[in-house]
Amino acid sequence: MSDNILVTTLDEALRWGTGKSLWPFTFGLACCALEMMSAMGSDYDWARFGSDVFRDSPRHSDLMIVSGTVTKKMAPRVRRLYDQMAFPKFVISMGACASAGGPYVRGYSVVDGVDQVVPVDVYIYGCPPRPESLIKALKLLQDRIADGKVKH
Amino acid sequence: MQDKIVEVNFGPQHPSTHGVLRVKVKLDGEVIVDAQPIIGYLHRNAEKLSEMGYYPKAQIYVDRLDYAAALNMELGFVLSAEKLMDVQVPDRALWIRMMMVELNRIASHFIWLGTHGLDMGMLSPFFYCFREREKVFRILDEITGSRLLYNYFAIGGVYSDVTPKSLEMIKTWLSDFDKNLTEIENIFKKSYVYVARTKGTGKLGLDDTISYGVTGPMLRAAGKKWDLRKNKPYLHYDQINFDVPSQQAGDVYARMLVRIEEMHQSARIVAQVLDKLPAGDFYNKKYSKPMLVRIKATGESYIPTESPKGEFGIYLVGDGSAIPYRFRIRSPSFANLSAAPAMLIGYKIADMTATLSSMDPVFGEVDR
Repeated sequence: MSDNILVTTLDEALRWGTGKSLWPFTFGLACCALEMMSAMGSDYDWARFGSDVFRDSPRHSDLMIVSGTVTKKMAPRVRRLYDQMAFPKFVISMGACASAGGPYVRGYSVVDGVDQVVPVDVYIYGCPPRPESLIKALKLLQDRIADGKVKH
Repeated sequence: MQDKIVEVNFGPQHPSTHGVLRVKVKLDGEVIVDAQPIIGYLHRNAEKLSEMGYYPKAQIYVDRLDYAAALNMELGFVLSAEKLMDVQVPDRALWIRMMMVELNRIASHFIWLGTHGLDMGMLSPFFYCFREREKVFRILDEITGSRLLYNYFAIGGVYSDVTPKSLEMIKTWLSDFDKNLTEIENIFKKSYVYVARTKGTGKLGLDDTISYGVTGPMLRAAGKKWDLRKNKPYLHYDQINFDVPSQQAGDVYARMLVRIEEMHQSARIVAQVLDKLPAGDFYNKKYSKPMLVRIKATGESYIPTESPKGEFGIYLVGDGSAIPYRFRIRSPSFANLSAAPAMLIGYKIADMTATLSSMDPVFGEVDR
């Protein structure tokens, strides 16, 4: 009985720690990347929420923010980068384009949402979303990680 | 040891490609012998989608071309459309447009400066630049209601008038802008590593610059004083005093100096517009609402404008309906990027990030 209690507590502590130390991946696709940069910049400073280390390599990072339109030419690369990330890994789909194609949904070269390529944990609406929205998505993702409700 | 050419793939995911550029590089040791940019990773069919709706509907796609300077893109579109439809614009709207465009040029150059510092291994300019950029964005947010992509200019004027509060904000911002920018400038100029890495790197001579169709700060850094605001004035640029900065060297360092001086000049223009802003309507009252302009147009029009990256314009062909028949985008980044092989070959692989980031390519505009 006491073993069980210990295991669940450790699990919770691990999940709490994972959520509070996310390392995002420097991965800009389109317009939303500028708002992602604003969110990590001076005014919004999302290092406050424990994810300040933007890594340039997918192998170092555990959070992918798909910031912009995913085209059919780029989609295989997105999947490949996702595969290169180490477990546990999480995906935020930022903006209308990444979530559902956005204003380019009628185009012949645009993927209607990045969830056709990688599993997405949190979607953000907006074109582009404000940095506040991205920070809210990060908080939401942290809560989901703590509850164990993530895709991976 | 025999000489061996190694092929290296740079991108499409790389922190210093400013988006999704891929460059196929052939290396002989450390020296680049061939570089071929491969584009198309952000092809979003902006031209064809714009030809599917009424003229004002094309504006959201125009916004997303050069997303770092959306208002400059809108200006190219509305000027061209107004010429095609023969729409008159009130004087106040023209002055507001000038002010907004210059504010957005400053914001765009701040992004470039911050990320250029990041590419050159300096983290602090990024935070300083974004601090200053947010001040510009607060003003733009107050006037247009949006942070990055505005949809603010309309055929026949602008969507909303400037508020007295926003004019106050601009005045406060102008009072210490030059001081703050000089502070950032000194971080670059006084950094020994930065100067050593950029002086003499990525050189492009004047002849090459002109034959590749390179425009904007890159052309001015190569020694030609060519600015469409001075040489072919649109809006009211002929009634305003400003200088066109230019350098002779044509390297990465010269481009940095030109862009920083341009920001000082843009602030000068904004200050002059504040003094000269006339009273009156902010859009043509002949049309009930700016977004409802559904004028049938015939003919063709093209007005080149000076965007932060170079000459930008939209060539419109109307076939007598309310939907554009042809919507051709002349994007400066695309032409600038075509000069990449000339700027990279002969230099070392470590100079590549400096050269690529000094071009300031924005991929919404390159791939369209």
